[in-house]
Amino acid sequence: MSSYSIKMTVNGKEVTGEVEGRTLLVQFLREHLGLTGTHVGCDTTQCGACAVHVDGRAMKSCTLLAAHVDGSDVLTIEGLADGDTLHPMQEAFREHHALQCGFCTPGMVMSAIGLVNDNPNMSEKEVRHGLEGNFCRCTGYHNIVEAILAAQETMRG
Amino acid sequence: MYDFEYHRAASADDAKSKFGGADDARYLAGGMTLLPVLKQRLDQPSDLIDLGDLDDLRGISEDSGNIVVKAMTVHHDVNTSDLVKSRIPALAHLAGTIGDPMVRNRGTLGGSLANNDPAASYPSAVLALNAAIHTDRRTIAADDFFEGMFTTALDEGELITGVSFPVPEAAGYMHFPNPASRYPIVGVFVAKTSDGARVAVTGAGACVYRVPEMEEALNADWSPDAVAGIKVSADGLNEDIHASAEYRAHLVTVMAKRALAA
Repeated sequence: MSSYSIKMTVNGKEVTGEVEGRTLLVQFLREHLGLTGTHVGCDTTQCGACAVHVDGRAMKSCTLLAAHVDGSDVLTIEGLADGDTLHPMQEAFREHHALQCGFCTPGMVMSAIGLVNDNPNMSEKEVRHGLEGNFCRCTGYHNIVEAILAAQETMRG
Repeated sequence: MYDFEYHRAASADDAKSKFGGADDARYLAGGMTLLPVLKQRLDQPSDLIDLGDLDDLRGISEDSGNIVVKAMTVHHDVNTSDLVKSRIPALAHLAGTIGDPMVRNRGTLGGSLANNDPAASYPSAVLALNAAIHTDRRTIAADDFFEGMFTTALDEGELITGVSFPVPEAAGYMHFPNPASRYPIVGVFVAKTSDGARVAVTGAGACVYRVPEMEEALNADWSPDAVAGIKVSADGLNEDIHASAEYRAHLVTVMAKRALAA
């Protein structure tokens, strides 16, 4: 089978790589670029641990081909902070202790930013509904929801 | 996932030509169903033809009493479209129940219909609204399109370009989702169309299907009460760890009532 040269912007930097047709975006991020903040949880499009943004929209990188997003702008958890200054969503997760084991956290944060970008005035119910594609196996949803509600206030300024 | 040759189509014509030049190709739209299928090694295409660059297959418009949704339009865009929300709110609602927000950012109408999963949501709207499926070579009526489990009237290499949904007098959709996958265990779309009431059920059987006895009752009285006493047969319905055939049959009536009350 063939290999494919791809080029995309990841966290503001242009990157290139050689991938197989079947190489997933999450594999490209983790194994080719060493960006291991994006996690593989279920690998079946259900748990959301692999959430990244592609051209500004939150998506599950375990269910995208790397070749699929050739030419796109990709944002991962590593691209959120500005130096030592955390993104407001990261800061809210820290402040509200919105993580226990931390495995789902990168996906939760990326998904949550997508939700706030779409609607910065979510009710608690809308936040909970919006997280239906992200699983926390520690079941720490309460503080995750609190963090997102707090972060949306900061994000809308 | 078995490996395959990957191609990116520059146009619909290019997609068809690349499809024709391959041994055993599949079109790749959003990939929200196809990629999981490939990961499970349930399919082994020689080539994938990515339709992601076909921007002229995206968009929503109104055309002589129809809402026309192009094939590569993602669920999020149908869910949040002011046009769809004002003309067929039940269709916007249905699009917002598919998967989760991240799946809705990627998955497409055309991909859902071409795949025809027994538990896909969109087929119920297409069938109940008596929509027309446009392809690169013809227009197929909803009643003729869905042939069976993962089977449609599409010919090899035929490409869905869009769907025309006639605006109904009234419509509603309600589903009972699987708690993990969010696919409907049973979903019911009801529509009061110019040809009378139409009721389409997804998730319960091998393929989306209509319920004539409910349609007859709704032609006489468009209300939840009209269907409340109608029990559908469990014969041939799906049975798995999530729900028995009898439970699914019961849910058809419950979801129909709720869709009418919605």
